[in-house]
Amino acid sequence: MDKTTDRAIITVVGKDTVGIIARVCTYLSENRINVLDISQTIVSGFFNMMMIVDMAEAKQSFLDCQKGLDEIGADIGVSIKCQREEIFEKMHRI
Amino acid sequence: MINIWEVNETNKMVEQENLDVRTITIGISLLSCIDSDLKKLNEKIYERITTVARDLAAAAETIENEYGIPIVNKRISVTPVALVGGAACRTTEDFVTIAHTMDRAAQAVGANLIGGYSALVSKGMTEADELLIRSIPEALCTTERVCSSVNLASTRTGINMDAVRLMGEILLEVAERSKDRDSVDCMKLVVFCNAPDDNPFMAGAFHGVTEADAVINVGVSGPGVVKTALEKVRGENFETLCETIKKTAFKVTRVGQLVAQEASRMLHIPFGIVDLSLAPTPAVGDSVADILCEIGLEYAGAPGTTAALALLNDQVKKGGVMASSYVGGLSGAFIPVSEDQGMIDAVQAGAITLEKLEAMTCVCSVGLDMIAIPGDTKATTISGIIADEMALGMVNQKTTAARLIPVIGKGVGDTVEFGGLFGYAPIMPVNRFSCDAFIHRGGRIPAPIHSFKN
Repeated sequence: MDKTTDRAIITVVGKDTVGIIARVCTYLSENRINVLDISQTIVSGFFNMMMIVDMAEAKQSFLDCQKGLDEIGADIGVSIKCQREEIFEKMHRI
Repeated sequence: MINIWEVNETNKMVEQENLDVRTITIGISLLSCIDSDLKKLNEKIYERITTVARDLAAAAETIENEYGIPIVNKRISVTPVALVGGAACRTTEDFVTIAHTMDRAAQAVGANLIGGYSALVSKGMTEADELLIRSIPEALCTTERVCSSVNLASTRTGINMDAVRLMGEILLEVAERSKDRDSVDCMKLVVFCNAPDDNPFMAGAFHGVTEADAVINVGVSGPGVVKTALEKVRGENFETLCETIKKTAFKVTRVGQLVAQEASRMLHIPFGIVDLSLAPTPAVGDSVADILCEIGLEYAGAPGTTAALALLNDQVKKGGVMASSYVGGLSGAFIPVSEDQGMIDAVQAGAITLEKLEAMTCVCSVGLDMIAIPGDTKATTISGIIADEMALGMVNQKTTAARLIPVIGKGVGDTVEFGGLFGYAPIMPVNRFSCDAFIHRGGRIPAPIHSFKN
C-alpha cells in the first residue's frame, strides 16, 4: 500500500522510570526509524514523551512496529502509542 | 511541527472524551443489477455488494490502527430497493428475498448494517413502492442488518398523506411482530421529509439516484469533545461560547475528512461527503443533552432548550464546513432519546415532552428519533405525529424524520432496553386525542408556497 507520509508520532505515557527513552530509541534504531524531534514533560507525576519519527526506511511494517513498541511498553509498564502524523497535522493546522 | 500539547489534546479527545468516527458508509448503486428475473437480480445484488465492499472491514481496521481513532461502524447503503426490485418483484415476498440477500451480503463483508430497503414516495407511490412498504415488517423481522427508510414528503412535492397513513399501520405491524423483543425492530425503520441522498447514518442511509456507482461517506461524532471544551468557558458570553463550539467542531470534522480520504484511497472508491453530526451514544460523557446543560440548562427540555440547540447546531456547521471539502448528509446535532443518557435523564425527570422534542427538531438535524411510545398507540395517532414532523421539514426546507418505537405490551412508566449503542428509553406519553378523521381524508398535502416567507 502506498503511503501518503512516512512520519509518525510516538507517545509514551506512564510512571517515570530509568531508561524509558533508551529502550524506545534502541528499538527505533534497530528498526532503522529516524527520530526527528523529541519533547518530554512530566504531567501530574506522569512521564509524558512525544517523538516525531520518520519511518521511510523502517525494516518492518507500521503495524509490526506498533506491536514491537507495545511489547516494550508492557515490559516497562508504560503506554506507548504510535500513530501516523497526519491525524495531528489535520486537526491542529489549517 | 506538531508539539506535545497538540498531540496530547488529540489523544485525550479519543481516550477520555469519546471522539470517534461513528461510521464509514459505502454507498453502492444497484441500478446496474436490475433484472426482470428475481433470482438473477438477487445474484447480481449479492455479487455487486460483496465485490465493492469486499475490503471495507480491513480498510477500517487499518485506519483505526494507524491513526489511533476508533471507527465504530462499517456500513453499506444501496439504491432504494423499490427502484431496483420494481421490474422483478410481483409480491411482498419477492421484495423480502432482496432484504435477505442484502443481509447475507452485509454479513459476508463484515458490515454492521445495510441501509436502502427504501422507497421514495413524497408525491406518489408506484405499485413497487407500495409492495416494498408492505413488505417492511417481514423484511425487518427476518433480517439482522437491514435498515429501511421511506421518504414521505418534500418541500417541492408536499406530503403524501396516503403513505403517511400506511406507515402508521406498517410501524405498528413491525412493533407487533417483534413484541417478544420489546418491538426493537422499529429501530431499523425511519420515515423522512427531504431525505438526503448521501446520509451515512442509519436507519436512514440509502444511496440516492443522484449518486455515482460507489462512494465513501463518513459520519464523525464528538459530543463529549464539545462538552469538555465548553466546561472551560462556563459563565462566558455567547460570542465566546459560539467560538469554542466552532473551533471544536472544526477539529472533530478534520478527523472525519482524513478518515474519509484514507478510506477512499484504500478502497479506490471516490470520497463523497463528511457528515458533520454530533451523534450521541448512551456512554457517559457522549451526550448532546449534556452539551445543552453545559450551555446553561438544568435539563434538556427546560425553557431555552430550542434556542440553545439552534445555536449549537449552527456553530457545529460553521466550524465543520471549513474543515471538510464536501459536507453533506444530515450534518447537525442528533437528539435521539434512547441513545443519549442526558436525554433519558431529562425524560425521567419530566423535563422533556414529545411536543418539546418536536419543537427542537425545527432547529437541528433529523427529528423525532428513538422515542419509545406506548404500544397501544393507534396507527392514526402515529401517522398524525409523522405528519406533524413532515410538515416541519416541508415548510422549513430541511430534513426531518421520525423513528418511533411503539412498544407492544408496555405503557408510560415502563422502560425498554434496546442494548448496546441503542441504549434504553423510558416510554413517553402521547397526546391521546384523536386525529382519525384527518388521517383518513386520503390524498396529499400540496407543496408550500416558496415566496412570501413569514
